[in-house]
Amino acid sequence: MITSIRGGNLLSLNNVSKEAILEVLDTAESFVEVNKRTIKKVPALKGRVVASLFFEESTRTRLSFETAAKRLSADVLSLAVASSSVKKGESLRDTISTIDALGIDAVVMRHQSSGAALQVSRYVPHVHVLNAGDGQHQHPTQGLLDTFTVRQVLAEQRGTTGLESGAELFQGLRVLIVGDIRHSRVARSDIAAYAALGAEVRIAGPGTLLPSSLEGWPVTVVDDFDEALAWADVVGLLRLQKERGTGSFVPGLGEFTQSFGLTLERQKLLKPSALIMHPGPMNRGVEIDSRVADSSQAIIERQVTNGVPVRMAALYLTIAGTSEGSDND
Amino acid sequence: MTNYVLRQGLVHSASSQEIADVLIVDGKIAQIAKKIDAPSGTVEIDTKDCWVGPGFVDIHTHLREPGREEAETIESGALAALMGGYTAIVAMPNTEPALDNVALVSYVLDKGARTPIDVAVAGAITQGRKGELLAPMAEMAELGVRLFTDDGTGVQSPSLMRRALSYAKPLGVTLAQHCEDEDLAGGGSMNEGEYSAKLGLIGRPALAEELMLLRDLELVKLTGAKMHFLHMSTQNSIALITAAKKAGLPVTFEIAPHHFTLDESACSDFDALFKVHPPLRTKADVASLRDALRDGLVDAVATDHAPHAPELKDLAFDEAPAGMLGLEHAASLTVDAIGDANSSRFFEVMSRGPARIAQLRHSDVRIRHSAQGGDLVVGEDANLVVFDPSAKYVVDRDQLHSRSTNTPYHGRELRGKARVTIAKGRAFNEQGEIA
Repeated sequence: MITSIRGGNLLSLNNVSKEAILEVLDTAESFVEVNKRTIKKVPALKGRVVASLFFEESTRTRLSFETAAKRLSADVLSLAVASSSVKKGESLRDTISTIDALGIDAVVMRHQSSGAALQVSRYVPHVHVLNAGDGQHQHPTQGLLDTFTVRQVLAEQRGTTGLESGAELFQGLRVLIVGDIRHSRVARSDIAAYAALGAEVRIAGPGTLLPSSLEGWPVTVVDDFDEALAWADVVGLLRLQKERGTGSFVPGLGEFTQSFGLTLERQKLLKPSALIMHPGPMNRGVEIDSRVADSSQAIIERQVTNGVPVRMAALYLTIAGTSEGSDND
Repeated sequence: MTNYVLRQGLVHSASSQEIADVLIVDGKIAQIAKKIDAPSGTVEIDTKDCWVGPGFVDIHTHLREPGREEAETIESGALAALMGGYTAIVAMPNTEPALDNVALVSYVLDKGARTPIDVAVAGAITQGRKGELLAPMAEMAELGVRLFTDDGTGVQSPSLMRRALSYAKPLGVTLAQHCEDEDLAGGGSMNEGEYSAKLGLIGRPALAEELMLLRDLELVKLTGAKMHFLHMSTQNSIALITAAKKAGLPVTFEIAPHHFTLDESACSDFDALFKVHPPLRTKADVASLRDALRDGLVDAVATDHAPHAPELKDLAFDEAPAGMLGLEHAASLTVDAIGDANSSRFFEVMSRGPARIAQLRHSDVRIRHSAQGGDLVVGEDANLVVFDPSAKYVVDRDQLHSRSTNTPYHGRELRGKARVTIAKGRAFNEQGEIA
């Protein structure tokens, strides 16, 4: 069990303690304010070098991470490897060693293969590795920013702050995650984060898009989607990943929308206070109706906004923090 | 030729185990007795506290020559085998190009004949192992090939497999199948189940193995041809094939050491060293394989020795090639699973069983091999191993004789080691040939 990411890596939210997650969320709270300033910059990571290594195309996560690093005054090496080295047959180890040789403190990495970030952390143990999504395995900063956003919104509704509320607002919180769980790294990280913080998690989706085994997962599968919508405090939708061949797992997008899409009709089943989330990019009209996505219950834009302070916290804690909580460099 | 006398080992003949001396003259067993007065010039080898038995026979070795000599050559693979206690190996045909014709088979046989051990060859069932057209099995059989397989993958088409069995039957050869239905397993990189779901890796279900096994058992019933099943890895597979054997079908099967020593949880760190096809299965499967081994249900332990260059095992888990080394530690892992008290069964699964399956019990000049898996009687070719069941050692991947280092057992302490291997009458230990 990882009890703090200080001075370490952020590879997965499995086996990460409630305290470790809260530490990131609480640190992120202090960076929210930075992002509201005219001069959106602090010197916390001045002189540190963060390599941004995206083997798989990504716009939002990459922008979010790079923005976070820059707001901490780190130098960002942005390397376009999505189509180059791998196709030339270079091994993961060689790619990371080459970049390490340039002198880096941390690497933010996305890869189409599950486990790639963990492998890289073995090859360059002196470099802090932040997983920005590995295959169908984990997307830990998404899990962190989702729980951060939920806490922030719920705290506001109750006239308190996220920092003051700790993990209290997650006690008994009913979270419903919907759609392609099987292929989703976001689902795996979200489930781990919500469960660690004390929420009750249920999942819903076509039988073919549930994991092949749920042994050890802190979730229950819902029998009736409509009932579960009425039950939920938070509904987390997932992107139906057509590019990962999800297509052959369901007869068609129309049928998926009929069965598990958050349509206008289904939105009416939700409690008025229920929150609707989506990690993006959305397939409007597939997993979520466009009008639902733009409704006041949806907090999708806040998820995006919060991505920056949460990733600032993740970068700051891993790079600047030691396990004793002080900077030893 | 040097003559040897093996002193006071526990000699494992086919029917008994007795402390005795074994005299080897001109490459053959000349005498077995309580105490032998050896002629002068005979080299003495102390085998006290060791088991003396028939040299191990691996019917599932991937040499990478031709095509991937950086990972293994016929010479380096044979040396690794010799050091692991093997006196014969069967080279699998999934080289580049595949061993699917007499020219390529002859190439491997010729090079194999220059090594200290017997190197037999398994030919491909289909041309280029593509699963489309039959390979010239009759020509290869004429050359002395007795085992055919497309290993690496199974023959996917039921009609082609049926034809292959009908064609092979009158040739007196055995077809060996890598049972995995690629329609179910394709794209997967570990066992489907608890761990694959958690790790976000696409799974290769046990069903993929069992479904092809079921299909082939029915094809054996239909055609009456002999079949051998490679690296059976699930509890259900063992049950299915055991039932088929009881029903009288002419089938045999092997299990691989990694399948009875490691389970799917080993993949948790995404280390491609633990990637293999069929994949490492559940803890329950591992336990049932060990039970089957102890209960005498298993025909052979076969290594599926699969060397890979290090840069390939440094790829991401789902991109890395499948397979791990086996020859140098299989005996230790097997004796641990079977138990010291059951040494006759140990020699059955390590030597006599596999020699029968590959039809290597009798010498054959066509493929220049001697008699393997022997009963330890006077007059037999001296293919022997001196195995010390209590020798402990720590696996060091940098001290292997294979050209590759992809062992999953690095750093692990194992027990039981071949002290001396006598191949075709020549004795070798870690230092080289004993003269």
